[in-house]
Amino acid sequence: MKQPIIQIRNLGKEFKTSSGTVRALEGINLDIYQGEIFGIIGLSGAGKSTLVRCINYLEVPTEGDVLFEGESLASMTPAQQRKTRRSMGMIFQQFNLLAQRNVIRNVCFPMELSGVPKKEARARAMELLKTVGLEEKAKAYPVQLSGGQKQRVAIARALAMNPKVILCDEATSALDPNTTKSILALLKEINQKMGVTVIMITHEMSVIESICSRVAIIDQSRIAEVGSVSEIFSEPKTRIGRQLILGDAIHQANFGKSKKVRIIFDGRESEEPVISNLVLACRTPVNILYAATRDLDGKAMGQMIIQLPEDETEARRVYSYLKTVKIPFEEVTEYDV
Amino acid sequence: MTFDASTVEMIKTGIWETVYMTFLSSFLAYVIGLPLGVLLVVIDEDGIRPVPWLHKILGVVINLLRSVPFLILLFIVLPLSKLIIGTRIGSPAMIVPLTIAAAPYIARVVESSLREIDAGVIEAAKSMGASNWQIIWKVLLPECRPSLLVGAALAVTTILSYSAMAGFTGGGGLGAIAINNGYYRNEPFLMWVSVVLLVVLVQIIQEAGMRLSRLGDKRIR
Ligand SMILES: Nc1ncnc2c1ncn2[C@@H]1O[C@H](COP(=O)(O)OP(=O)(O)OP(=O)(O)O)[C@@H](O)[C@H]1O
Ligand SMILES: [Mg+2]
Repeated sequence: MKQPIIQIRNLGKEFKTSSGTVRALEGINLDIYQGEIFGIIGLSGAGKSTLVRCINYLEVPTEGDVLFEGESLASMTPAQQRKTRRSMGMIFQQFNLLAQRNVIRNVCFPMELSGVPKKEARARAMELLKTVGLEEKAKAYPVQLSGGQKQRVAIARALAMNPKVILCDEATSALDPNTTKSILALLKEINQKMGVTVIMITHEMSVIESICSRVAIIDQSRIAEVGSVSEIFSEPKTRIGRQLILGDAIHQANFGKSKKVRIIFDGRESEEPVISNLVLACRTPVNILYAATRDLDGKAMGQMIIQLPEDETEARRVYSYLKTVKIPFEEVTEYDV
Repeated sequence: MTFDASTVEMIKTGIWETVYMTFLSSFLAYVIGLPLGVLLVVIDEDGIRPVPWLHKILGVVINLLRSVPFLILLFIVLPLSKLIIGTRIGSPAMIVPLTIAAAPYIARVVESSLREIDAGVIEAAKSMGASNWQIIWKVLLPECRPSLLVGAALAVTTILSYSAMAGFTGGGGLGAIAINNGYYRNEPFLMWVSVVLLVVLVQIIQEAGMRLSRLGDKRIR
């Protein structure tokens, strides 16, 4: 994980349209390391697709450069760029299989493009279909496959040229939750077994959470935050980060007869927003029943009683958070002030 | 009204001439129109190799050629037939105006077929390092084959109906029989026979095109 396989340097992209210029990307700097699963998340229109298409130069950036294994794509000839592209497989939300070719010929397609002998290509394609669990569908046509199966074929096709990187643009966004899970598991397996670096573009936090090691949040054409997934999830620093991470997580929790916890403040920095950090990190609301804290010389002293959500796993998350940040607490059955 | 052996012979020759004019001009028109149609898609603004000025010029020329009524084009072009084929009458002479009239039409038909392709599929091919030639030969044309065949049926039947106007300029075929014998010599039965045969030919070509298209279309389960 030491060597960056892709370095994005000061990258910018403008589109000239009839209604003026659109700035799709601005000042993007990112290092993506060999063997990691790197997530890029952002709202619709943030520039994710443009960024991933700049990585393999399907879209030529208007500023900056992309280095693949240290080599600048900007200074390559178109033929060299095409050759480099073969080291980067790509999969798409809409699968983009050739409808008039059967499964095995789809997988053979990139090999056909680069002149791999037919027999060799077929053998390799069969092997890849085994990897993605579709060898019995070799003769089927895309129309006869489910969405998940089509994406498996697309993954096999992307792997055909032994790429070092796989670029995934919303690869699971057209799939149902179970199929999404299985495709993500497959990508993870490919990442671990073959050491292929994976770049996942998505607008779903759950995708990032389940397989990525690091994540970049992209907002309005710029990178808002980059870091390890655990870091960013426990403490998003930007507004967009909080919105993306908490947006779908904060919901009306049920506080029927749920557990109550007494938190003790015994001299922490009073500037530390303990409760809001807890809410952010655990992605669950808590109910403050009672609070008596005082600021003594910048130290917080006192106690607070909060009620946890009824949901077991959410409650457990609060406990483990309190433990990790070393805030003393105790469960209370009936609170008396 | 006579319907003897010589009439039958005449109708047979007419069928042959019509088929031969139609298919030979269709073939030649495709030789010109197919690459032209591909070019129109490739060099368009959102094509794989945009050349906007050339696209504009080609578009204007094609529209110009297409807006000349066929009968007028026929008279303008026949002198050219004399130059190329050596005669300005008969069925062979018709090949030149038919080809010239059909090529721009075919270019448009091909263009509209190729536009049906999903941009994502082309993007996928590019991401695999495909060159523009490879995209044309291995993605555009094969993926659009069903639609190209439907377009071909349309184009060939249109050329067939154009060929029927040959009668006005001394060309042959069923159209000439309908006009010369049927209309000018007032033999309505012969006229109707020729018309019915033309209708049957159109039906056959149309049906064959559609069948071929559907047969080869892997998008149909
Ligand atoms: N070819 C283009 N021409 C003009 N503008 C474009 C083009 N491609 C993208 N844009 C603009 O660039 C911006 C970023 O688009 P992009 O497709 O990268 O967003 P995204 O993050 O992938 O969104 P989504 O989640 O909806 O796919 C948008 O404002 C879009 O309108
Ligand atoms: Mg997108």
